[in-house]
Amino acid sequence: MAEKMKKLNLKKALKGNIATYLMVIVAYVVLFALQNLGLLSYSLAGFLVPICAYIVMAVSLNLTVGIMGELSLGHAGFMSIGAYTGAVASALLADLIPIAPLRLAICMVVGGVLAGLVSLIVVVPVLRLRGDYLAIVTLAFGEIIRNIMQCLYVGKDSSGVHFGMSESALDLAADGQMIVRGPMGVVGIQKISTLTMGFILVMITLVVVLNLIRSRQGRAIMAMRDNRIAAESIGISIPKYKIMAFVTSAVLAGAAGTLYVMNFSSIIAKKFDFNTSILILVFVVLGGMGNIRGSIIAAATLTILPELLREYADYRMLVYAIVLILVMLVTNNPKIKAMMVKFREEKLAPRLPKKKAKEGDANGK
Amino acid sequence: MNKKVFAIIMAATMMLACLAGCGSKAPSNTAAIKIGGIGPLTGGAATYGIATKNGAQVAVDEINAKGGLQLELNFQDDEADGEKGVNAYNNLKGWGMQILYGCTTTGSCVAVAGETASDRYFQLTPSASSSDVTAGKNNVFQMCFTDPNQGIAAADYVAANNLGEKIAVLYNNGDAYSTGIAMAFIDRAKELNLDVVAQVTFPDDSNTDFTTQLNEAKSAGADMMFLPIYYTPASLMLAQAKDMGYAPTFFGADGMDGILSLDGFDASLAEGLMLMTPFNPTATDERTQNFVKTYTEKYGAETLNQFAADGYDCIYAIYDACVKNGITAESKPEEICEKLIATFTSADFKIDGLTGTGMGWTTLGEVSKTPMVVEISGGAYITK
Repeated sequence: MAEKMKKLNLKKALKGNIATYLMVIVAYVVLFALQNLGLLSYSLAGFLVPICAYIVMAVSLNLTVGIMGELSLGHAGFMSIGAYTGAVASALLADLIPIAPLRLAICMVVGGVLAGLVSLIVVVPVLRLRGDYLAIVTLAFGEIIRNIMQCLYVGKDSSGVHFGMSESALDLAADGQMIVRGPMGVVGIQKISTLTMGFILVMITLVVVLNLIRSRQGRAIMAMRDNRIAAESIGISIPKYKIMAFVTSAVLAGAAGTLYVMNFSSIIAKKFDFNTSILILVFVVLGGMGNIRGSIIAAATLTILPELLREYADYRMLVYAIVLILVMLVTNNPKIKAMMVKFREEKLAPRLPKKKAKEGDANGK
Repeated sequence: MNKKVFAIIMAATMMLACLAGCGSKAPSNTAAIKIGGIGPLTGGAATYGIATKNGAQVAVDEINAKGGLQLELNFQDDEADGEKGVNAYNNLKGWGMQILYGCTTTGSCVAVAGETASDRYFQLTPSASSSDVTAGKNNVFQMCFTDPNQGIAAADYVAANNLGEKIAVLYNNGDAYSTGIAMAFIDRAKELNLDVVAQVTFPDDSNTDFTTQLNEAKSAGADMMFLPIYYTPASLMLAQAKDMGYAPTFFGADGMDGILSLDGFDASLAEGLMLMTPFNPTATDERTQNFVKTYTEKYGAETLNQFAADGYDCIYAIYDACVKNGITAESKPEEICEKLIATFTSADFKIDGLTGTGMGWTTLGEVSKTPMVVEISGGAYITK
């Protein structure tokens, strides 16, 4: 009986994952076809890459917030590291690698790796702090990164790449070219992000995150979330798994940042402020903590929503906020939740004898 | 189980939103040239966006009342953000925009200009002043001074009029506009042998307390402070300087314009403040007076500043160029773009407006007009 139940649960989880992959693949195929047939409106076409980037951001943050159970308010910081690194790498590699998708892929790797390295610094407080304290530390981290980006000047000339805190400090040769200019940000970025590259990044993110969750490590991470002391007592190394979850999340966010920035011709550090971190957290909370498919749907919907509300003009942001509140209320309503439970039970029932189904549901929880 | 409810609710919300979106589209005036506008109508920079929107609308109404060529302005919100600016731009493209008027703020404008340059839309911005806006794009033109040009003009003026022996520069190092002007001013000051004794900065997000910065300027013995900052932080800074008993000559850039109409601001604090602004609402010429009157009647005096005047001039510049080229509502955006570029860069195309007379444009897209310095005296601008 127990074994049977386990098999059933496993199947359910697998089915859920396959449904998530399928959803993304179908959405991609449909959108790709529409785009190539020229049937998409300019507005929607412009949203495709940012949505992919936000989905990756939301899914990766869900790993920290939903799966590991630690509140992080500095996710936009990792995104900005990926964005800036990617923009600089792309500017440096522009002549070396003319093939745009390959260059973008390399830039994403570079951006992701650097974000991962920086996250190793943040891991120090992550290991020592929990709950509210950690939230505040990550919030401060995001702000520090943004302020550094705002003072950062990068240029290239024949002798190499120069870094500095002001334009004159770079001391560029006559053939030099500025890449990052402090608060003026990066301009003249080549727009090489495409829907296909975005889709590939989303798929990689899903494979990484969904497999991590279902793996031994993922179970350890969730055990840590549910009961830290119990997890420690059975020999789960807390630092190891925390670092694993946090760094994975940062690397993915860095790659998303690169994808995002390559979709615009310019970027300023201000974009990656506290508000962006909160926006991504809203995607995660609205989609459901630990619910990957929910994160994807929430990220896509909430990115498009302000555009759909354009007709309300001045009241746009008000309506947006009201919609958010309503969705939160409705999804957390116990009556509606109970209704859904009933609905699912009825759907499951024909497959199993009635009594067993009920037992199974109780055991499965 | 949560997922399903969520999916259903979201689907319902989206459908509702879509339906709402389809239902309430304003009927388009078919015989009018479609001008798209972009600027912040919500958020921290909303005052500027609203001013440019209203100023342009005044001009559009005037032109349409004349008969002849008709214009239609569709102004979309970008919250002063590059990503949302591009969203607004895509929305306007879907609407059938022929010419783009905007964006109001630099960050958003640079992002949108990248799009218009490849899509070939003619773009004229009232107030995005960074040189990045026009750099490398031949289709983007500015109505305002570029930041570097303004910094240079300010340094020249300070040198020519001997405004200070020792100069302190206070700027917002998280803001492209402020940093751009300050850098150019400092470089030019060096060339002119002006003595810049202190360069003090403040970050973008904490701009309420300036005592540290003022003390630094004071202890460096500065007798003039150059303030390429916006008027909201400047109003607080002026009050704090007064409390400290520090009274150098304050000299601001065009971001200072609007300080007198700030709610609850004690105008006596700004007495003797000098600033560079292309627009003086108390000017006595008939056109300015008419504009001030119409604008105040329709939208109130709160946002009546140089942004509004720049917007007004932009629409007239576009209108004049359209009339000259015989552009109609049927013209293709790319065709309009090439024609207007040729007109704007031609030597004989000059615009007389509220923010200057005989304004022309260089091939870089930068406007050439004479900067104007005003001093605040008795709560009004006195042209120097």
